[in-house]
Amino acid sequence: MAAPLEVRDLRKRYGDREVVAGISFALAKGECFGLLGPNGAGKTTTLRCCLGLTTPDAGTIAMVGEPVPARAREARERVGVVPQFDNLDPDFSAAENLLVFGRYFAIDDATLRARIPRLLEFAGLASKTDANIRTLSGGMKRRLTLARALINDPDLLVLDEPTTGLDPQARHLIWERLQGLLADGKTILLTTHFMEEAERLCHRLAIMDEGRIIAEGTPQALIAQHIPVSPSPLRPANLEDVFLELTGRDLRD
Amino acid sequence: MSHFAPPRLSLRAVAVWRRNFLVWRKIAIPSILGNLADPMIYMFGLGYGLGGLLPEALPAFGGGSYIAFLAAGTVCASTMNAASFETLYSAFARMDVQKTWEAIMNGPVALDDVMLGELFWAAAKATLSGVAILIVVALLGLVQSPLALWAIPAIFLTGLAFAAPGLIVTALAPSYDYFMYYFTLFVTPMTLLSGVFFPLDQLPAGIQAVSQMLPLTHAVALIRPLLFGQVPETPLLHIAVLAGLALACFWIALGLTRRRLLS
Ligand SMILES: Nc1ncnc2c1ncn2[C@@H]1O[C@H](COP(=O)(O)OP(=O)(O)OP(=O)(O)O)[C@@H](O)[C@H]1O
Ligand SMILES: [Mg+2]
Repeated sequence: MAAPLEVRDLRKRYGDREVVAGISFALAKGECFGLLGPNGAGKTTTLRCCLGLTTPDAGTIAMVGEPVPARAREARERVGVVPQFDNLDPDFSAAENLLVFGRYFAIDDATLRARIPRLLEFAGLASKTDANIRTLSGGMKRRLTLARALINDPDLLVLDEPTTGLDPQARHLIWERLQGLLADGKTILLTTHFMEEAERLCHRLAIMDEGRIIAEGTPQALIAQHIPVSPSPLRPANLEDVFLELTGRDLRD
Repeated sequence: MSHFAPPRLSLRAVAVWRRNFLVWRKIAIPSILGNLADPMIYMFGLGYGLGGLLPEALPAFGGGSYIAFLAAGTVCASTMNAASFETLYSAFARMDVQKTWEAIMNGPVALDDVMLGELFWAAAKATLSGVAILIVVALLGLVQSPLALWAIPAIFLTGLAFAAPGLIVTALAPSYDYFMYYFTLFVTPMTLLSGVFFPLDQLPAGIQAVSQMLPLTHAVALIRPLLFGQVPETPLLHIAVLAGLALACFWIALGLTRRRLLS
């Protein structure tokens, strides 16, 4: 079987800035791969290129075995997407959002109507089935967006900061759900600013800065390689130490 | 340039159309009534008010009353307005404010499909507007023959012909504020120069030549005779102009929107 995602020498320029400056990475089936990096590092741009939503300047992308952007439409049939900013349909209820989104996949209504209660349950939104989107909290919207990304039972999930803006309870619920999905054999590509999230979920990660991947490996290997001695005698070294060591302490944007 | 590569369309456009229909269904009745009110006010106000000053059965009005003449024009103008409103304000809301198009493209739907769905949705809604007036006009006894049924596909074509340029404006607009220019600089003058309110031969010769290039002129020339129970004089010319406009403008709108959203 083809790798869920393979990216080679990807480049994207906006004006005179190369926002993605030649990056390569690949995901193995069943793994969770994290893309970390400061604001403006190029994470979202990379994800959008992979999905065929942004046209790259150079490089090759194969998602679920399909060349992107040439066959992005076909590739997205087997992918679930949680974008950085929620784009739920404000004209519909929670259940209608899932129904209408499922129809974009040409899934028949009977199958969808069977899946929707399970997905709402999964997202902890069973009581919000008929609630208008405008009445949902930020955390509920995020969970509904995750449920929406699962409507087609995807092989690959592409999650852009799935837990940003959520309270600890909601964040833990999403982590638990994502671990369940990994246990089901799904592959996940995610970006995050939470080092704890990356350490818990990701089998491998890449740290991006100014459009380049500056480090890649398992969380443990990155910590061992870059922070041989913990900066504090009171605790072991962690991923946050690695991140700050590699990307510095200055603000980025 | 690759943004202007040929459209790659698929049946997924139907799901986009259906999404818009589902939203509309929730507010269908007020929406239809709201769309009818404005053209009706003009039609009755001018038709009876102004028409009352004129002798009956003027040859300039196709041998009928002024209100029958105006009614046919109103069907066309109303179709144009509905298609324009839908592709400007409503489509812009979905593209820019609500990010609905972006959400749809998170599924296996290309921008090409989204825009095709929007084009046909706007044309369908415009058809509803035009046909609603047609029904009122028929109830008033102002329609001469079943030939008027042929006006329905002609109204749909008119809807397509005005939805497509609307999508171009939406692709270029930084915000809602710019749509006013499209209406005041393009739609309103065209309404006055296309034979909606008065016959074209009232205009100076130079302006008549301009009129012949306006899409609304062709829509009126196609639809008005049908309501009067006559076959239009050069139907293929009018159909070709409207269809050509729809196709060319859709292609351009798609290229511009690809550049805007997919860059
Ligand atoms: N459509 C665009 N036009 C111009 N510049 C853009 C566009 N999209 C992104 N950029 C710029 O590209 C850079 C990278 O943006 P990107 O959104 O990929 O960063 P990110 O790593 O996802 O950041 P964050 O963590 O804040 O989400 C930023 O400087 C951004 O301003
Ligand atoms: Mg981002």
